[in-house]
Amino acid sequence: MSSYSFVLNGEPVTVEAPADMPLLWVLRDLLGVTGPKYGCGVGVCRACTSHLDGAEIQPCVVPVADCADRAVTTIEGLADGDTLHPVQQAWLDRDVAQCGFCQPGQIMAAAALLARTPHPTDADIDRIENVCRCGTYTRIREAIKRAAADRSSS
Amino acid sequence: MDPTETPGTPRPSRRSFMVYSVAAATLTVAAPLGCDAPPASGAPETSGGGDLLVTGTDEEMLVLEVTAASEVVVRLPRVEVGQGITTAVAMMIAEELDARLTDVRIPLADARRTGNQYTGGSSSVSSLYGPARQLAATARARLVTAAARRWGVPAHTLRTWNTRVVARDGRTATFGSLTASAARIRTPDVPSRPKPASRHRVIGKPTTRIDARDIVTGAAKYTGDLAVAGAKPTVVARPPTLRGGLVSLDDTAARALPGVHAVVRIPGGVAVVADTFHHAFQARDALRITWAPGPLVPLSDKEIRARLRAAVPRLGSAPRGSTRVEGEFAFAFVSHAPMEVLTAVADVRSDRAELWFSTQTPMDARDTIAGLLGLRASAVRVHVVRGGGSFGRRLTFEAAVEAALISKAARRPVKLMWSRNDDTRHGRMRPAGHHRIRADLAGGRVVAFQHMTASVGESADEPGLTAQTGGVRPLPSDSGLYDFGRVSGDSGGIELPIPLGAWRSVDSGTMRTAEEIVVDEVAAALRQDPVAFRRATLRGKAVRAVLAKVAAAGHWGRALPAGTGQGVAVHEEYGSAVACLAEIDASDPDDPRVTKMVMAADVGTAVNPRGLEAQLMGTAVDGISTVLRAGLHIDRGAVREGSFADFHYARQRHAPLEFEAHILPSGGEPGGAGELGVPAAAGAVANAYARATGRKPRSFPLDF
Repeated sequence: MSSYSFVLNGEPVTVEAPADMPLLWVLRDLLGVTGPKYGCGVGVCRACTSHLDGAEIQPCVVPVADCADRAVTTIEGLADGDTLHPVQQAWLDRDVAQCGFCQPGQIMAAAALLARTPHPTDADIDRIENVCRCGTYTRIREAIKRAAADRSSS
Repeated sequence: MDPTETPGTPRPSRRSFMVYSVAAATLTVAAPLGCDAPPASGAPETSGGGDLLVTGTDEEMLVLEVTAASEVVVRLPRVEVGQGITTAVAMMIAEELDARLTDVRIPLADARRTGNQYTGGSSSVSSLYGPARQLAATARARLVTAAARRWGVPAHTLRTWNTRVVARDGRTATFGSLTASAARIRTPDVPSRPKPASRHRVIGKPTTRIDARDIVTGAAKYTGDLAVAGAKPTVVARPPTLRGGLVSLDDTAARALPGVHAVVRIPGGVAVVADTFHHAFQARDALRITWAPGPLVPLSDKEIRARLRAAVPRLGSAPRGSTRVEGEFAFAFVSHAPMEVLTAVADVRSDRAELWFSTQTPMDARDTIAGLLGLRASAVRVHVVRGGGSFGRRLTFEAAVEAALISKAARRPVKLMWSRNDDTRHGRMRPAGHHRIRADLAGGRVVAFQHMTASVGESADEPGLTAQTGGVRPLPSDSGLYDFGRVSGDSGGIELPIPLGAWRSVDSGTMRTAEEIVVDEVAAALRQDPVAFRRATLRGKAVRAVLAKVAAAGHWGRALPAGTGQGVAVHEEYGSAVACLAEIDASDPDDPRVTKMVMAADVGTAVNPRGLEAQLMGTAVDGISTVLRAGLHIDRGAVREGSFADFHYARQRHAPLEFEAHILPSGGEPGGAGELGVPAAAGAVANAYARATGRKPRSFPLDF
């Protein structure tokens, strides 16, 4: 058991945890941050997708020790107060969600994509691995394009 | 109980719904569910009759309360698993009350003792459409009457708007300010009839989910997100083979690990209760268990498929002088694989129990759990929680049963989560099946159509591997979808000790998919275009109309490069009709991509067209997945796949780049929609693949 400090959604936090404890369970079971979801535990469904220093990660396979002194952003930290991130707004505008369980991860994956590729092609969007068992993929694609357009026009 | 109100003048051609008052300080009305009201001719007086109060319980009722804060609350005896039922019901309520949608709350009702609390069979909207609107219309009449009496004006001069009553002189009163006085009104001064469809401004308008903002901000809570005091993370070690037994357990090392609270043997394996899921998984992996092989160990896919094939009843003799189009089709087992794995919170005490989980059958769950715990059903409280998908998976409630047993044994509240491996390898699945279909052609038409099938049934104990023929089971085609002369079918099956469950669209997902492939092959044998042939042979007007819609909107027959193709298929069920046109790029036949899907549906009144489009989109991806890639192998009594890494449900790169849904205008009663699209989507994908590659699709998924 060691102590790890990092910045979570803009706030400094410190947790006592084993070094190999996946960030997902640190967030959910120790810090009560439940936006990132468990869907497989092995980094393939990507329902837990969040950001580490702005880049996409799957917290279910990232040990907490790797997050020390870095910035973790979950879906709860994506909006700016009451102002939604353009990706969240596009998700609302296109009414993407069905059951909603994968959507925090989908949104975080899309936000990371737009951060590194402001105008993603269909091939870029095809590379998103996050599973949506409800099959909302076409709306996800449309929402990403809408968010990209909104960002470039604002 | 005498009903206080029935809708309007009795009209025998329309269903009517009774509404009751509930004794409360705020306006609270209730409508029975689960059965229709008596025929209108025998219905009690519409108005002027005595009022009757229902006290204390909302069993069998849909209950609407207007709070002092102007919120309209309806506790819904259904579960929300993504299908959008809470939004659809909120729209019905908002419509009849002229309330703002944002003022309507639809919490999920706890498990009840009686009545219809079943979510399934694509029945929710059709079963709620009448009662929900009548309920809200009744509440509106009382609110209007309360305002009229307060202001001393005739009630018929008032209107309702934005959760307020509005007078001609401009005075307004919020529903919240009227609810106490409205609660005392027994006989309203204005009719309580729901609006005619021509005046609908909410129903039929594409509407965003009422929980969409909660979802995109991460605020939406699923069972695993609930903070129930003291409920400790819990996982279960399970055998490597299906229904394998426990021979020996050494939990010394596991118990010695930090953060471990209890190790409990349950029928399905060994549970570990710990401080976090990380600690629980680590302790689970430290258990030393010897497992006995499960009863299915002698069998793998090859044997199961051979036995299934042998269990298909023989086709009957062909009419003299006919030619035949014949096909055999095999479908693999398929996982439901909802994104949220089965999760349940249980707090079992000596004299009572309280549980939280997502379930389509909360009443059954409560009775079953009460029986297992030796408690009266009234001592077991089941809170129904929104689910992260279901597709039929939450018809059963294995995790809740296990959580109850673990909580009882560990003497503490637990939060049990199945791992993804648990759900894939020990969860339920769509049964594998085998089909033999023959169309007999004579004189340029189909004169007889036979569909023989065998599927796996679930046996509880030891494997009964002898083939058995069931009675004649009604086939979807018996309803006469096509004018195919003599239509017949029979089913056989084999019983295996394997966990099975209804999967979105149930038997139709395989039966009708196989039939739609044969329909295309019949058209080819008759040298007819698949769309033209269907138009000429489909019996129903609605299904012909949806087919015509996708053919036009999807530009059926447009020129396409080699290796690509279009396919169509149709389906009728749940009082609804659907068609799908798929375009596929199979220039690499082993790695096809569906590039475009166009669907059209006639579901009667579509309460929320945006939600219906979402349901059709989901069934499109189900069709792509089950036809092209997603299935489960059985290897010597175990499920080979373990997660989305090898259970190949579609990802973004497999989904259509373009998707269109066309909702045909219809004034009829709402039909079912949630499962409707699966067979049409699956059939269209298979037919597109066949036309693009020249191959005959026979075994699903094709890439397996």
